[in-house]
Amino acid sequence: MSEFFSAAALVTTIGAGIRYATSYLYAAIGETFGQRSGVLNLGVDGIMLLGAFGAYYVVLKTGDLWLALFVAAVVGLIMGLAMAFASVTLQAEQGISGIGFYLFGLGMSDLLFQKLVGTPLPISGFPELHIPWLSDLPIVGELLFSHSLLVYGAFLLVPIGTYVLNNTTIGLKIRSAGENPAAVDTLGVSVARVRYGTVMFGSMLAAIGGAALTTELGIFQQNLTAGQGFIAVALVYFGAWKPVGVMYGALLYGLVTSVVSQLKTLGIIPRSVSDLASMLPAVITILALVIAVQRERQPAALTKPYERGG
Amino acid sequence: MLLILGADPIKGFGAMVQGAFGGVRQLSDTAAKAVPLLLVGVGITIAFRANVINIGGEGQIVFGALFATGFALLFPNLPGWLLLPGVLIAGFVGGAFWGAIPGALKAYFNVNEILSTIMLNIVAVQVMNFLLQGPWMDPGEIERGSRIPQTTRLAKQADLPLLIKNSRLNIGLLIAIVAAVLVYIFLWRMTEGFRIRAVGFNPHASRYAGMHVQHRVVLALTLSGALCGLAGAILVFGSEAHRFVTDGSAGGFTGSAGFNGIVAALFGGLHPLGTIPASFLFGALLVGANKLQRAVQVPGALIVALNGLIVVFVVSSDIWKRRLAQRIQLSTSRANEAGDEP
Amino acid sequence: MKRLSTTGILVLVFALVAAACGSGGTTTTAASGTTGASTEPFKVAMVAPSAVTDLAFSQSMYDALLAVQQEMGGESAMEIAYSDNLFVVDDAAAAIRDYADEGYDLVIAHGSQFGSSLQEIAPNYPDTSFAWGTAGETYGQPNIFAYEAASEEGGYVEGVMAAALSTSGVLGVIGPIEVGDAARYVNGFKAGAEAQSSTIDIKVNYTGSFSDTALAATAANTEIAAGADVLTGTAQMVTGAIGVAKGDNIPWFGTQADQTQLAPSIVVASQVYHWEVVIRQIIDLMNQGTMGAQSFVINLANGGEAIAYNPDYALPDDVKQLAVDTIKGISDGSINPPRPAAGS
Repeated sequence: MSEFFSAAALVTTIGAGIRYATSYLYAAIGETFGQRSGVLNLGVDGIMLLGAFGAYYVVLKTGDLWLALFVAAVVGLIMGLAMAFASVTLQAEQGISGIGFYLFGLGMSDLLFQKLVGTPLPISGFPELHIPWLSDLPIVGELLFSHSLLVYGAFLLVPIGTYVLNNTTIGLKIRSAGENPAAVDTLGVSVARVRYGTVMFGSMLAAIGGAALTTELGIFQQNLTAGQGFIAVALVYFGAWKPVGVMYGALLYGLVTSVVSQLKTLGIIPRSVSDLASMLPAVITILALVIAVQRERQPAALTKPYERGG
Repeated sequence: MLLILGADPIKGFGAMVQGAFGGVRQLSDTAAKAVPLLLVGVGITIAFRANVINIGGEGQIVFGALFATGFALLFPNLPGWLLLPGVLIAGFVGGAFWGAIPGALKAYFNVNEILSTIMLNIVAVQVMNFLLQGPWMDPGEIERGSRIPQTTRLAKQADLPLLIKNSRLNIGLLIAIVAAVLVYIFLWRMTEGFRIRAVGFNPHASRYAGMHVQHRVVLALTLSGALCGLAGAILVFGSEAHRFVTDGSAGGFTGSAGFNGIVAALFGGLHPLGTIPASFLFGALLVGANKLQRAVQVPGALIVALNGLIVVFVVSSDIWKRRLAQRIQLSTSRANEAGDEP
Repeated sequence: MKRLSTTGILVLVFALVAAACGSGGTTTTAASGTTGASTEPFKVAMVAPSAVTDLAFSQSMYDALLAVQQEMGGESAMEIAYSDNLFVVDDAAAAIRDYADEGYDLVIAHGSQFGSSLQEIAPNYPDTSFAWGTAGETYGQPNIFAYEAASEEGGYVEGVMAAALSTSGVLGVIGPIEVGDAARYVNGFKAGAEAQSSTIDIKVNYTGSFSDTALAATAANTEIAAGADVLTGTAQMVTGAIGVAKGDNIPWFGTQADQTQLAPSIVVASQVYHWEVVIRQIIDLMNQGTMGAQSFVINLANGGEAIAYNPDYALPDDVKQLAVDTIKGISDGSINPPRPAAGS
């Protein structure tokens, strides 16, 4: 057990947990915006996969990481447009249409991969950023200041997102669209426009999350995300629709996962219960929520399509 | 899409249709595929009426299957007329249990059901893995050393009787249809069911009228989970192998019925009786797609993408249907008004 | 209920169209049998749980079929059909039945989760030969062949090499779930490493999933943190671990397929499966009239397993020699890697 608490193990575990949480965080923050405006998007996992493949393919063919991010963002925007169209204009049942987008993204990303690439080929990801002086700090340096740009990007989204939601006009419109769309309408703001915006933004972030995942792992495969998108949606609820809360959720999930993995490696968790240990991140997330009894209500208009004129 | 892949789309489509309906065995395969979709879908309609979204279907199917298998492993020598209903009930209970947990978490701790069901899906898979590669592994496998994660061939008395010889169509189909009808009766003709629908319709008004919203939510999720669990039991005891086999994932066992069932429910208008033809059709699409892959030899990934496209199509078509219904309603009411004018 | 009638009509239409198109069933019983008329191509079909391009399990069998097809003279001699990505067991079972119906001579169910279904299917098609793996059980059926890989052998050799290469004395293993082929390989690897060095420390991490790539990457990270300076692993999620190894310049040993292309700088060697050895034997037996009831093992001795060295990795000569000696020892029986033991 003492090996776990050695500096090397702890630093790696926490660092790995932070990196693991990154793609979740992108998708979850994106989903937060969408849900705040009243739209539930369960297709996040599929969008992540499509964004991941897009980025992977671009890096594979051109080696240009920034172009890859751009392509992923565009893919996300397009999927977001489709989702918004289905949910806002066509007023489809959001939970269900989301599942449809998930299945589509899952299959399409795999199909494209099979047809365009075939056998898995590796790619290089974003390099670790070296911040002068900060990165060289013992322990803390490696822990907090040696990650790639994408990791920092995800965590920067938290204060930016909080600020936008709480202190800007657009944030006000978003929140109102989710709480009381009728009021927003009477003020002359198009609820549909707001929701299109948030859903597309959220999808874009999800796709970037997928890109982050594939560049971090250096590979693409069928179902690369293995359900991450769904967990990201769950994290939005965990965070009570606040970016900070979502961040805590992502970190909790990521850290528990890496801790469990480290304990398995060190043999502290015996192989016989290895599978049971694998469920700990999920169980602990639920428990954490139970203990921290939620008082926040969800946005009143969440999943309810808004129709002009009632 | 087929054209892009270099395959003959007409041949492909023909193969698909033939694969789903082209013969007795094909039809029975379609029906067999439809059974879990129907059960899950009917469960979704209950949950939906109570304004709850149940995406825990995958986990509930697995847990129902686990309970059913456990029952059969515990009592392998019970006579068929006891064992068969026994495993089905066990499946029902297992799924109910796995649906009740998120229900209770929501009702009493305000834990959102989307979060809890997603998390419990993960937990269910790991429990399945643990049991199948540990205490429940076929002793024969351990002996041979091949350690395939599966149970032993479960008691013959629990084999679901086949409706058509040499096919995979078993009485699971009848059970599912009966379940759908029962649910319809429950929701529309019984007080409890009425309460569930009322809660979904207007939770605030119902609270005012004294109906316990919390309990209804728990009930809805429990029932929905129970039906999924029943599907799980049918999957195991109606399977070709008559044992619980896993490849380590939920989808490998359920065929993503937990998700596809949701779509089937929508296709059926979120009404238990409508789900019957809807799941049959959806099952046909899935079975046909597999046959399509074989006939024109395109990568298997196409099927999943197709699955998704079908879903999106279904969802969008639902809108047009609704719009159409609205328009018809509008024109009939206008006609009535015109008629009423003196 | 408008929706009911709409969907009902749709179903009817479908059925009518189908009745018009379909010619009353695709069941053409396999009358051709296995007498193997020399003018007709040998028809083999394969059902696989993952993509045939997965650079692992499924690909190994598909590549083997292609190789044998070449040997036999191309498509006129051997026809290959495949259905991949069938990880849902019942879907795979339907595919197996369909191929048998369509008169294929040999249907290969390439996945250990398919065996129990095969047990039920095979008796219905006495004129078709079936083969499945990885396992050794033919269920006493006259038309089922079984095949398995003694992956512990290659694992042993790689374990020996890994222990010899390691300077920190710590090795890392990343596995999915402790079952089947994965367990055999890992156990072999551990034994080989321990035989090479009595002080070696092997960290084994079963992540609990065959497909979660990110989790595999995390596991690899934890093993490196625990001091491992050589890594190995099995199952398709292992690409995540290879990515980590590549980033930290840690040597990697692979299995099931040649994983060199995933990280040419650090992959030392891979245990490759050459199922051709089994396929040839099966076809020969079938031509002589035997349709099953035999099981095969690929191992180092019969060439079914081989260690593929990465030519771009500078493997020290003495380590290479160790490997060569170990392979020889296993082949002639003087070295005994852990065989799947009863009750283990």
